[in-house]
Amino acid sequence: MKVRITIMPQAAVLDPAGVATAHALEHMGLHGVRSVRIGKSIELDIEGVTEEELHQACRELLSNPVMEDYRLEILS
Amino acid sequence: MRCAVLQFPGSNGDIDALGALRSFQNVTAELVWHQEKSLESFDFILLPGGFSYGDYLRCGAIARFSPIMHAVQKAAASGTLILGICNGFQILCEAGLLPGTLIRNRNLLFRCEERLVRVETSDSPFTKKISSGSLLHLPIAHGEGCYFAREETLQELHDKDQVLLRYATSKGEITKASNPNGSCENIAGICNQKRNVFGLMPHPERACDELLGSTDGRIIFESILDHVHSGARTSL
Repeated sequence: MKVRITIMPQAAVLDPAGVATAHALEHMGLHGVRSVRIGKSIELDIEGVTEEELHQACRELLSNPVMEDYRLEILS
Repeated sequence: MRCAVLQFPGSNGDIDALGALRSFQNVTAELVWHQEKSLESFDFILLPGGFSYGDYLRCGAIARFSPIMHAVQKAAASGTLILGICNGFQILCEAGLLPGTLIRNRNLLFRCEERLVRVETSDSPFTKKISSGSLLHLPIAHGEGCYFAREETLQELHDKDQVLLRYATSKGEITKASNPNGSCENIAGICNQKRNVFGLMPHPERACDELLGSTDGRIIFESILDHVHSGARTSL
């Protein structure tokens, strides 16, 4: 089973790297940037687990629920 | 007092912590590798600074699953004093032993400098020998030390008097300019509700010798020693 987990900082959490990147995009000449949020994407190839176990892994290790949200996609 | 300094792959404040602890009388201190499983013979446990597991995933996230962390959880539940410095603070937050989390410094800079912190309360085993409102001169060295917690968590920290240290000016004022990393409410260190687990971003172990520019860190360790030697156990 191939799984992709996308992790993003929550809206209430300042993302300074995103803000800096937004400024760089402006400097590059790409105007009109309203916001940039930087997260991460994790791909797993895994067998013999339930979807609930994957959600548990997301909550307890792969993301930090204090500051991040995640999205779990089963790819194949 | 028997002290354990935990050592994770990537810890780099472990030897500093060991040296600082051994500079006190009636103290023995030893390194405990993260694969160990017991901490029962220790009065005090220190999680040092550094970059455990290269800060992969999130700071402290992988160390939190090291075998020794079961023993840390058990010790915390039984009232043993636990101190997390810098990366140790991050690990304690990831482990759920302290509320909130530490994120990238708001200004994106790695801050390596001396800072003043104001002691907010002497009502903890870690600050019992320090008057509330005192200023300590301590070094910081971190890129991800911006303390973040939700509104309700911050309110609870206030209500239970859990904020032990805040970044301050030389007059003891809490200002934006005195905040090196963008931490919520200038928070530099917090304890848990039982007051036996303390995490802070500054490095008291690097302020225990005149040669290093400040000895203000000593009073934190003196408080811990006093607490342990007086036989006080944090009530559960």
